[in-house]
Amino acid sequence: MLDLSRYASLGAALTDAAERWADETCLIEADRERENCRLTYRQFKAAAMPLSGFLQERGFPAGGRAAIVMTNQSKWLISAYAVFYAGGVLVPLDYKLSPAEHLQLLAHCRAEVLVTEYHLWRTMTQAEGFADLKVGTVLVTEAPPDADLRGALRWEEARGAGAPEMVARGRRDWACIVYSSGTGGRPKGCVLTHENYLEQCAALTSLYPFWPGVRYLSILPTNHAIDFMVGFIGPLVCGAAVVHLRTLRPEYVREAFSRYQITYMALVPTVLKNLEKGLRARFAELPPAKRFAFDRLVGLNRALTRRRPNLDLSRRLLRQVHEAFGGELRALFVGGAFMDPATLRFFYDLGIQVGNGYGLTEAGTAVTLNDFKPFRADTVGRPLPGMEVRIVSPDTDGVGQVAVRSKTVMSHYLDDPELTAETIVDGWLMTGDLGRVDGMGHLQLLGRVKNMIVTEEGKNVYPEDIEAAFEGLPVKEFCVFAANYIWPERSMLGEKLIIVLRFEEGQQLTPGLRQELLDRNRRLLNFKRVSGYVISPEDFPRTASMKVKRGVLAEQLRGRFDRQAALHEL
Amino acid sequence: MRSPEQTVDEILALAAKHFQVPREGLTPDDDFFKKLGIDSLQALDLLTRLENHFNVELPDYEIQGVTDFRTLAERIQARL
Repeated sequence: MLDLSRYASLGAALTDAAERWADETCLIEADRERENCRLTYRQFKAAAMPLSGFLQERGFPAGGRAAIVMTNQSKWLISAYAVFYAGGVLVPLDYKLSPAEHLQLLAHCRAEVLVTEYHLWRTMTQAEGFADLKVGTVLVTEAPPDADLRGALRWEEARGAGAPEMVARGRRDWACIVYSSGTGGRPKGCVLTHENYLEQCAALTSLYPFWPGVRYLSILPTNHAIDFMVGFIGPLVCGAAVVHLRTLRPEYVREAFSRYQITYMALVPTVLKNLEKGLRARFAELPPAKRFAFDRLVGLNRALTRRRPNLDLSRRLLRQVHEAFGGELRALFVGGAFMDPATLRFFYDLGIQVGNGYGLTEAGTAVTLNDFKPFRADTVGRPLPGMEVRIVSPDTDGVGQVAVRSKTVMSHYLDDPELTAETIVDGWLMTGDLGRVDGMGHLQLLGRVKNMIVTEEGKNVYPEDIEAAFEGLPVKEFCVFAANYIWPERSMLGEKLIIVLRFEEGQQLTPGLRQELLDRNRRLLNFKRVSGYVISPEDFPRTASMKVKRGVLAEQLRGRFDRQAALHEL
Repeated sequence: MRSPEQTVDEILALAAKHFQVPREGLTPDDDFFKKLGIDSLQALDLLTRLENHFNVELPDYEIQGVTDFRTLAERIQARL
């Protein structure tokens, strides 16, 4: 790979990589069984240059902000490189957000350029607030020939006249603004510098190297910190290839493993769990004798890889399993939310390493990662090179808030000095997660400081945002909490939301009220549903402006009841 | 050629059967994520079933941003 300490910016590193590995495969894009395109590094650069030139000719300045709202495809990475080459700041937005949210974030980051897909653009143009959109240049991919583009231009036709100049950037200049979800729709735009990414990339690839011939299958959205790092920057500064699928249907993803001999893939815990479920079902269908033999092989593999993984051996012992993954798979990365140790164990016993770690966008992706020396399912691994992890005010068990200091920690939250000051204290990033570091230097996560939960899909859910669904409930007052916020469980598993009810004098939980709770709950997306209730014996403590003092209420409930006694299933 | 009403009707019947909810509880303007209690991966699964049923190819993005049966039916109708 390139020696990233020698580079000042992502644009410079990607440009050198394109020359060094000019004839290696860089990008493959497939739609179901059809291959849309396959580009070498030389062709990748050749595709990005006219776009970069076009942006520069339209007056896109160094430090100007360009947003990308696209599904996983080659044009995502081509566009991002073109923006970096022009000295721009990239704003990768989640294509799964609603059009209204897209418009809100585009305004918040003051994007001058937007690159998007036709179908996404169409929904944005139909959203309320579209008239206020102030993006100067909108480029739309794959628009039908006769489509009304509402002022946008065709990406395919955005070609500058001459060869563009690369606009130099410094290590401390902004590279990206990455949004992570905040409470009450308050946008949290993490400003990450070129140094943040270059340092993170060097640290990650020291554990999971890429080289020409390695193929990474990109299915996590590329705006996600993990895919951005291991599905774009990481492989492309090492001469490896990124494979994009235009569909996420499980049947095509499975097929892609074999067809493209995939080396690495990143996914979220829910998808890994689904994969486990599918494999378990297939094992259960084996005839008894085969099942017995298979279990023996799994047991043997487990015993032989206790101290360290041995991929060649596992591939020989459990050939069919590994062939189902294409035969070249070296590791799966999982992130975005907490992973059940039992699932990690299941895959490790099959000889499939799951790179499990802990990270957050604010820290520039990963903070810790399991280094398999030896495999441990009960922790999120040791800090990556260059990461300092500290436990703030630990209790007698050594448990406290996890804080991180590193060159990879973001510069600040965009236009939010208050939140930045709360989050980065004396150079330490306060993560809001509770944990402890054990004797082997492994970090163990044990809960959250904040009133929130993270779903297996990696979505942050803030209880206060769910209260709207229960507005008008015929009770005196109510409040939604993360159960672990009231009664810390010292576990990351089974996080759930609960509703605290305060009744009117003499009121009781009637079947009618219970039904209303159930009905309102059902209208929420399943990961936002509350699963239990608690009845408060007194009025909620409130501030002068009548806002519920959540911390005080939680403390009162904790002092008065234990979890088992107070919490009823809904 | 199916009428738009037929298309939406067939989608409702198929969704009810696949996700095991009563057909009469579903209406064209329902939010299928909420009504069926499904996530985005399950929605893709529904899309595959609709493809097989209507014998059309629907890109994943047809379900992006679409939340109600009626709009989904329009997208399918356009490809019939």
